Amino acid sequence: MQKKIFIIFLFLVQIGFMRAQESKMVPIQEGFYIPLYGATSKKPVIVKSFYLDIFPVTNTEYLNFVKRYSEFSKSKIKGIFADNSYLSYWRSDFDFGNANPKAAATNVSWFAAKKYCECQGKRLPTMDEWEYVAMADEKRIDARTKTEFNKFILSWYEKSKTYENRIGQTFKNYWGVYDMHGLVWEWTADFNSIFLSGESRKDKSADKNLFCGASSVNATDLMDYAAFMRYAFRGSLKARYSTRNLGFRCASTTKL
Amino acid sequence: MKINFKTLARTQNYFFITMFLILLIACKKEVSTDYTTIKTQGEALAELTSPPLVPKPIGDRAAIKLKVNMEIKEQEGTMADGVKYTYWTFGGSVPGSFIRTRVGDEVEFHLKNHPDNKLPHNIDLHAVTGPGGGATSSLVAPGHEKVFSFKVINPGLYVYHCATAPVGMHIANGMYGLILVEPEGGLPPVDKEYYVMQGDFYTQGEYGAKGLQAFDMNKAIKETPDYVVFNGKVGSMTNGNELTAKVGETVRLFVGNGGPNLVSSFHVIGEIFDHVHVEGGALTNKNVQTTLIPAGGSAIVDFKVETPGNFILVDHSIFRAFNKGALGILKVEGDENKNIYSGTIQEGIYLPEGGTIQKMPENSSTKTVAPKRTLAEKISNGKQIFGTTCFACHQSEGQGIPNSFPPLAKSDYLNADSKRSIKTILHGLSGEVTVNGKKFNSVMPAQNLSDDEIANVLTYIYSSWGNNKTEINPEMVKALR
Repeated sequence: MQKKIFIIFLFLVQIGFMRAQESKMVPIQEGFYIPLYGATSKKPVIVKSFYLDIFPVTNTEYLNFVKRYSEFSKSKIKGIFADNSYLSYWRSDFDFGNANPKAAATNVSWFAAKKYCECQGKRLPTMDEWEYVAMADEKRIDARTKTEFNKFILSWYEKSKTYENRIGQTFKNYWGVYDMHGLVWEWTADFNSIFLSGESRKDKSADKNLFCGASSVNATDLMDYAAFMRYAFRGSLKARYSTRNLGFRCASTTKL
Repeated sequence: MKINFKTLARTQNYFFITMFLILLIACKKEVSTDYTTIKTQGEALAELTSPPLVPKPIGDRAAIKLKVNMEIKEQEGTMADGVKYTYWTFGGSVPGSFIRTRVGDEVEFHLKNHPDNKLPHNIDLHAVTGPGGGATSSLVAPGHEKVFSFKVINPGLYVYHCATAPVGMHIANGMYGLILVEPEGGLPPVDKEYYVMQGDFYTQGEYGAKGLQAFDMNKAIKETPDYVVFNGKVGSMTNGNELTAKVGETVRLFVGNGGPNLVSSFHVIGEIFDHVHVEGGALTNKNVQTTLIPAGGSAIVDFKVETPGNFILVDHSIFRAFNKGALGILKVEGDENKNIYSGTIQEGIYLPEGGTIQKMPENSSTKTVAPKRTLAEKISNGKQIFGTTCFACHQSEGQGIPNSFPPLAKSDYLNADSKRSIKTILHGLSGEVTVNGKKFNSVMPAQNLSDDEIANVLTYIYSSWGNNKTEINPEMVKALR
């Protein structure tokens, strides 16, 4: 009898642990990196130490949020904060239908993602923070020059419906963070800080240096095509947009 | 003398007046080719077609406001038998949907990015006069739609493609197609019109490697494609998907080249293009054998088919055709026209030194006595013969070349009948055969080999690559000679 109770207890602990783990954060040490874009001189950008969610926000977690803040439910959200595809795969306001509870919440606008993080006492990571963490593989802080690493990132573009996958299935990186690559795109606080006009081949003009012709001249690492895609993707977004392959995770400047 | 001078002066006057009139007419003609001011009347939804089909001609209608709905889909497709590839497409096909407009049309372009897609895309249409060819106005996120409009003011056949970073990758994955701007009154009528577009593909595995193949950026940068194909895949216009026409019909091909890297030497084996709109523009050349189509360029070719048969479309950079897939077939049916093409009239023997003519006189080697050999000897001897005589077509592992040369490895055709195999080497083989479920229609010439050599090479083939290990003796060959 005691044994049984103990097992049930362990099981509960396990559930509790898993739940906590989903929104658990890890510290990211201060460091610097040379971004692919945005640096006119190749000066390194310093990223101050901060905390980042280990996993992207899941459907279950987002449902809990929507239940507490019903103005962010599918039917109630204001048009200026989200377009028509907001939570389009959800069956109703408080039901995400057949979607995997442990899959990343997607079709969430930037406004909604920002609000979610704020309600947790967190914030969205900046693009520099996100890119800084995303350049790590299992062992290195900066794996951007590694062929295998880039291949892994690029291979994701050719896999369909990865948004259906559970979080935490991809590799655990140097910082202990999962799913920076291979699951879904993610919002950053300043996703549109580097301006992409939509014509990727414009050259020379300083604010439009993100397109292919220019990018090949300006990019710090020619082979970092994987990153080109992220910048191009971000450039196509507006804050009210939501798409099936775009989720988010939260960050924090201080330990929570 | 005086009179003569006057006449001369008068003639001179006439001359100047005539010249002036000619100039006046010429100037007038110039003015009428400015299509920017054409008023549109009414509006319609554009008919879009996937290759090899082309929308109906529309050149004889007035200029209108034309709405184009183009949906972008990232989807898995077939590159070759057993080879999958994730294509990025305009309208669900590679090349993308064919758009047919008339000069002066005002095109309202709706570019839609399917919600399941991962990437943003845009479109650069070479028919557009404006920044980026539309690319500046059309970057569209997954699950969204962008609308822009343009007036087509230059008749011709134009390429369109995606221009989102990294541009090369978007094009290499199939994001290109053709937009036709018909001149006033349209192109001269023909019986058949088809849409053919070449593209080069870069995969992680070599040509023919099975399974889902990922895009290989390194190969793309080095410009060493594994596949060079028409209409997005190997065999898009062979094995039941041939283009068709009847003897006496005129055929027009709208040919494009999406690249991303290679320039095409477009040729139809056994035909001569009556007319070629060089580079898809106004210049017309006549009687052309092979026309050059730059990456990101096009050509309109037409010709009358006078004789029946299979006419093979190739990139005449010929290894691309036979080893990388750039091969299609135009199948023409109808009555023979012996005045134009006789077919083989006589088969003869020509015996210079060297092996160019591969037909042997009957009975020539019947008198030589073949040495007795062990199985191992036969195999090693046969392997050498295979390496010099057979492998160019049947390939080093007997795998053959899809759609061109049948496989010898695990070949049902081969294993079913060893006598037939002997006869094939002795007398050659032409016409349709089915090997391992695939049809081949090609010609193998008779081979200039002795009884002993044929026995050896066949024994080698039968003992290799999962075949049934039949042993062939020179006597068996001799009996069938």
